[in-house]
Amino acid sequence: MKRAGFDSRWLPILLLVPQLTIIAVFFYWPAVYALKSSFFLQDPFGFGQTFVGLENYTSLFDSSEYLKVANFTVLFTVLVTFFSLALALLLAVKADNVLRGAKTYRTLLMWVYAVAPPVAGFMGLLLFNQRWGPLMELFGHFGWEFEMGADYSDTAFAMIMISIWKQVPVNFIFFLSGLQAIPKAVREAALIDNRSASGRFWDVTFPLLAPTGFFLLIINITYALFDTFGVIDTVVRGEPSNNPMTLVYKVYVDGFRGNDLGGSSAQSVILMVLVLALTVFQFRMVERRIHYT
Amino acid sequence: MAQVTLDSVRKIYPNGVEAVSPASFNIPDGEFVVLVGPSGCGKSTLLRMIAGLEDITDGALSIGDRVVNTLDPADRDIAMVFQNYALYPHMTVRKNIAYGLKNRKTPKDIIAQKVDEAAKMLNLTDYLDRKPAQLSGGQRQRVAMGRAIVRDPALFLFDEPLSNLDAKLRNQMRIEIKALQRRLGVTSVYVTHDQVEAMTMADRIIVLNSGKIEQIGTPAEIYHNPASTFVASFMGAPPMNLVAGELDSGHLSFAGLSLPVHADHRGPVTMGVRPEDLVIDPDGQLHMEVELVEELGAHRLLHGMVDGQRLTVHLTKEIKAHTGPLRLSCHPDRLRLFHPETGKRMDAQMATQPRTQTESVAS
Ligand SMILES: Nc1ncnc2c1ncn2[C@@H]1O[C@H](COP(=O)(O)OP(=O)(O)OP(=O)(O)O)[C@@H](O)[C@H]1O
Ligand SMILES: [Mg+2]
Repeated sequence: MKRAGFDSRWLPILLLVPQLTIIAVFFYWPAVYALKSSFFLQDPFGFGQTFVGLENYTSLFDSSEYLKVANFTVLFTVLVTFFSLALALLLAVKADNVLRGAKTYRTLLMWVYAVAPPVAGFMGLLLFNQRWGPLMELFGHFGWEFEMGADYSDTAFAMIMISIWKQVPVNFIFFLSGLQAIPKAVREAALIDNRSASGRFWDVTFPLLAPTGFFLLIINITYALFDTFGVIDTVVRGEPSNNPMTLVYKVYVDGFRGNDLGGSSAQSVILMVLVLALTVFQFRMVERRIHYT
Repeated sequence: MAQVTLDSVRKIYPNGVEAVSPASFNIPDGEFVVLVGPSGCGKSTLLRMIAGLEDITDGALSIGDRVVNTLDPADRDIAMVFQNYALYPHMTVRKNIAYGLKNRKTPKDIIAQKVDEAAKMLNLTDYLDRKPAQLSGGQRQRVAMGRAIVRDPALFLFDEPLSNLDAKLRNQMRIEIKALQRRLGVTSVYVTHDQVEAMTMADRIIVLNSGKIEQIGTPAEIYHNPASTFVASFMGAPPMNLVAGELDSGHLSFAGLSLPVHADHRGPVTMGVRPEDLVIDPDGQLHMEVELVEELGAHRLLHGMVDGQRLTVHLTKEIKAHTGPLRLSCHPDRLRLFHPETGKRMDAQMATQPRTQTESVAS
């Protein structure tokens, strides 16, 4: 490929300046600030700060509460990621069987993508509404006194369900287009080679979906870790006391509610390291990944 | 190996298109049949119905002595080679070839042995551990062939397997496929829109035109005795000359030509003659104005007009030619008459020749 070149060395740098400025102001500066404040103990009333070294970190790892939240976060992330991927894949495969050829349906289903995330999240909440949510009634029939926001495991259940509910449509769309991108003739060749539908799925369809699946895996882990903040906030309704929460929500609770800026910053730094690790892992995998052509 | 029988097999797509009108024919065991016709005539549809990739709307299809209408493709004992090869991109060549056997519970050592044999036969031994993306078009084509032959199916199906290859490779693969089929003796149905492929590979050709079978016959029959003007103009390059003539009691006339003929029909007819059956003859009754000489090395083609109608003449390379007036004649045996409206060939006997020349007898 021909490389377009610049005559001057300064022009490209100049062109990058706006973008770099935005990144610096909104990403690096807060990150550096968080890193710095994680080594200090702030006065809750804003009267100065004391350098405490790594104490914010060590006290985190000594805190059984923090470890409990960390454990829950792992469980939450694994469950949300697994079920939103698995459900979406199942739905996409079923839809794809019906859709072959039927273009109108496909367009209709694609609309899901446009309305999904905010509305789906809201609808998920409505389902669990304490007064008149249909799920409450359903659970009631089984004698389950569902107490979202008061009972630890009930709240965790609702949180996980709503988070999955919200993410499934996004995954569905990606899986569906991934499925539709598999050449028709390849599927037909498999139809002649293998009489078992599940065999064909695992031998041919699934491996060909792997690039989509891997991409979605990263997206979903990130989603479960960070983007579920809104769901959690609505479910626990600002009453973190005895409720489950994820690490990200705890950063907010400790920092803004507890006014423990140092501890909260230390938690953010840990999360940043996590993101970094995830990113490195992703790039490693992308490099190694086979590109089918 | 098996014979294939179609009994009024018909396809109507859900959108109401009748892609294949009721078709009946029988393919004896080991025969190589080519389905040929213009784009959209229903060749692929017919083939895909045989494969089981498309439902049969009506009629009965049997492979061997089983009616297979409702069987899954995997249960029909067929192997198919697709136009764009349809290899599994994530599997190595070896796995691609072995996949169908693996799913049929073939023992591992037998699979390995068959894959090696097929690879040797197709010159793929060095590529067994590559992925399809690392192969050339011709090699991918061979892998697709390998995938078909290791299965020892009752029937091979090919859907334009060579159309993605360049001309040179296409000629070479054409010969390889034909030789392979001969060696293995597997009944085969081959779809193409290329009439050269059809003529050179087929034991029998089935010519399709908008879902209907126009003619079934050996390449020679199709070429020399086309059943209709459609077949006459579709098969052969250049195609058969078709000109408007006139039949009246016992005579066929066209331009300066007048031939005694026994035919029931009266009035206008379409007259067909192959370009190589027109010969230069100083005493010929056809006066042609040659407009263009096409030099093709081994032979030449003259294009021009006779009495306001376009004709093409095929000359061997020894015969010199130039533009301008030319006189031609044609052996009456070589003329074919077609109905001017339906385009169907008409039974007619040229009176000038004794009947011994069987070729001229319309079937
Ligand atoms: N899935 C389908 N639904 C509706 N009509 C179809 C479908 N597939 C094919 N057809 C129609 O059926 C007719 C025959 O199609 P087919 O693919 O068999 O043609 P073909 O002879 O193989 O042509 P080509 O040489 O271009 O491959 C065409 O008119 C086509 O538009
Ligand atoms: Mg076709």
